[in-house]
Amino acid sequence: MKIIVCIKQVPDTSEVRINPETNTLIREGVPSIINPYDLHAIEAALQIKDQDPASTVTALTMGPPHAEVALRDAIALGVDDAALLTDRAFAGSDTWATAYALAKAAEKIGFDMIFCGKQAIDGDTAQVGPEMAEFLNIPHIAYVKKIEKIETGKITVHRLMDDGYDVLESSLPLLMTVVKELNTPRLPSIKGKMRAKKIEIRKWTRQDIGAEDSLTGLNGSPTRVSNIFAPVIKKERKTITGTPDEMAAQILDELKALHCIQPG
Amino acid sequence: MDHFLTDDQKMIQELARKIAVEKIMPVRAELDEKDEFSWDIVNALAQSDMFSLFVPEEYGGLGKGSLDMCLVIEELSRACIGVSTTFAAAALGTYPLILYGTDEQKKKYLPEIAAGKKLVAFGLTEANAGSDAGGVQTTARLEGSEYVLNGTKQWITNGGEAAINTIIAMTDKTKGARGASAFVVEKGTPGFTFGKKEHKMGIRSSVTRELVFDNCRIPRENLISREGMGFIIAMRTLDQSRVGVGAQGVGVAQAALDEAVKFARQRIQFEKPISAIQAVQHILADMATQVEVTRAFVYAVARHIDTGAKDFTKEAAMAKVFGSDMAMRVTIDAVQVMGGSGYMKEYPAEKMMRDAKILQIYEGTNQIQRNVIGQALIKEAARHK
Ligand SMILES: Cc1cc2nc3c(=O)[nH]c(=O)nc-3n(C[C@H](O)[C@H](O)[C@H](O)COP(=O)(O)OP(=O)(O)OC[C@H]3O[C@@H](n4cnc5c(N)ncnc54)[C@H](O)[C@@H]3O)c2cc1C
Ligand SMILES: Cc1cc2nc3c(=O)[nH]c(=O)nc-3n(C[C@H](O)[C@H](O)[C@H](O)COP(=O)(O)OP(=O)(O)OC[C@H]3O[C@@H](n4cnc5c(N)ncnc54)[C@H](O)[C@@H]3O)c2cc1C
Repeated sequence: MKIIVCIKQVPDTSEVRINPETNTLIREGVPSIINPYDLHAIEAALQIKDQDPASTVTALTMGPPHAEVALRDAIALGVDDAALLTDRAFAGSDTWATAYALAKAAEKIGFDMIFCGKQAIDGDTAQVGPEMAEFLNIPHIAYVKKIEKIETGKITVHRLMDDGYDVLESSLPLLMTVVKELNTPRLPSIKGKMRAKKIEIRKWTRQDIGAEDSLTGLNGSPTRVSNIFAPVIKKERKTITGTPDEMAAQILDELKALHCIQPG
Repeated sequence: MDHFLTDDQKMIQELARKIAVEKIMPVRAELDEKDEFSWDIVNALAQSDMFSLFVPEEYGGLGKGSLDMCLVIEELSRACIGVSTTFAAAALGTYPLILYGTDEQKKKYLPEIAAGKKLVAFGLTEANAGSDAGGVQTTARLEGSEYVLNGTKQWITNGGEAAINTIIAMTDKTKGARGASAFVVEKGTPGFTFGKKEHKMGIRSSVTRELVFDNCRIPRENLISREGMGFIIAMRTLDQSRVGVGAQGVGVAQAALDEAVKFARQRIQFEKPISAIQAVQHILADMATQVEVTRAFVYAVARHIDTGAKDFTKEAAMAKVFGSDMAMRVTIDAVQVMGGSGYMKEYPAEKMMRDAKILQIYEGTNQIQRNVIGQALIKEAARHK
């Protein structure tokens, strides 16, 4: 099995704040980590490799040169090799242009399966994985919470839904985005860390992956951000008085008026 | 303090700390309460290559030294000495093979130990052979191409969980200690069963159990080294691992100190944090000083072993005695600084105090270590006369 795991280096959100003047994220001094959902994607790939040691797992990311650190962290966990898409041409990519670049790189690497985290904790869009599958013209299953079985050319998984889960079967190749219920990510190993320190990480530019200029970076990004702001949180408080019965009746009326519950 | 660790050593230390914080701390109280051994933790240690540390490179390990082992044991001990005992006992059980095994024996057993696929136990102690290891009564009788083992080992760490057991048994009772030999016995061998699991004061996440041999037949190739070498193998093995008991002491004492300082800063009495009271500060100051001094000494002994020193029996005994006595004092002080809270199970200090006690007892009691140190001093003085 040839597996690609797409990972993203993100700021540790427990530490992120927004600059109230510019309305942009303050990234300085915030430690970078592998997007937590992507750790579950890496674990999913490594568990397949544990079962079938002939498998290879490649970590793929697009980002600034510093994103190499995230790839080395993935190697320390047991991933075989890694590729970093880094080029000024990629700057300003929205999810669509990012998915395009990752798809081009995935084609270059070759794969039977691609794993992504369900979303990145900085952008929270959950779009890149599914969009990548569209560019690659392969099926995708989002929110995978369990891999039931893998057979020749097909896979059966559980997809997390609001009201339970779906059991889905798909042909391979396939892209999956995973939720944290899927597994418990492992910790790095000493041998992995030693390998991570020495390994040569492939660095690819737009030309290296054969991406078209018009579809890359800002050129390939239909999204326009018109304004970024921190939402003002308005809290209204109302005190209800009376006997317990009266108060309960009032609360019921309020909830009906707010359409929180069905009248009747 | 900077202890001149290499980048690799810092990396290994950091990884062990991560395991301690993420995998051990969240469950240690529950394991203690339920008297439960955790394969999940052993598997996490295995996955991170911790069992490779003490195995030579040519047999699938990382071939690291005593200092690397001490760093890992110290970090694990900050979370739970039950767990660090499981880990250290695996190394203890492996040293006889590393130090005295044949190439075939090493090829057969060490790669699986390094990969963490098989846990190891070391069986020396018996009901009538504690401090007096020469009192071993388990016998191994050669019959054709097999040894037949009979007897019971008592209080064996990892007993029942370990797939590989290194056992000291008498091949010739008439020769006393010179009649002891070391063997490998694999779990599942007919005639090899496990007796009762002990319920202990502390290190309750470490399993301690009887190993029972009833006409247990093992291949002759399972003899480690020669007949009669058992006692020497046991002593050299304990020399190797004993500094690790010192490291356990440093780890648990550091953790107890950290808890005490945290508590003292938060606890308000007499309208101020008790950390502002000089009497309390002095207790904390003594605790911290003892921890730092012991850490420096344990690392120094580990480095001395790593130079390839031939005889380090005395130094290893010193690290064990000093580290364990220190850990007992410091954990008692931590409970004291925390007052009634320290006595309660909501806080980890009482567990640390219960756990620390074992360090003064196993791998040779501290009285026996003092005997060893004393004898070494006399021998040295006689040599220099
Ligand atoms: C939790 C636990 C785990 C253990 N794990 C293992 C293991 O994995 N493998 C293994 O082989 N053993 C193991 N042991 C056994 C351990 O090594 C012995 O308990 C220890 O050596 C002491 O022996 P004893 O308990 O029989 O005490 P005893 O020898 O009966 O000693 C009782 C007291 O007498 C003192 N004493 C005895 N002789 C002398 C002397 N000559 N001079 C001064 N004082 C003396 C001792 O210091 C002690 O205070 C374990 C024990 C425990 C409690
Ligand atoms: C099992 C148990 C049973 C108990 N039973 C009862 C009971 O039946 N009835 C009852 O009323 N209480 C009871 N107690 C409470 C007990 O008396 C208190 O725990 C004790 O007085 C200490 O108070 P503390 O735990 O709040 O510690 P703290 O007062 O918070 O002390 C913490 C540490 O700071 C030190 N310290 C505090 N102030 C000073 C100072 N000025 N100078 C120097 N050092 C200082 C203390 O010595 C201690 O080391 C019980 C406690 C326990 C654990």
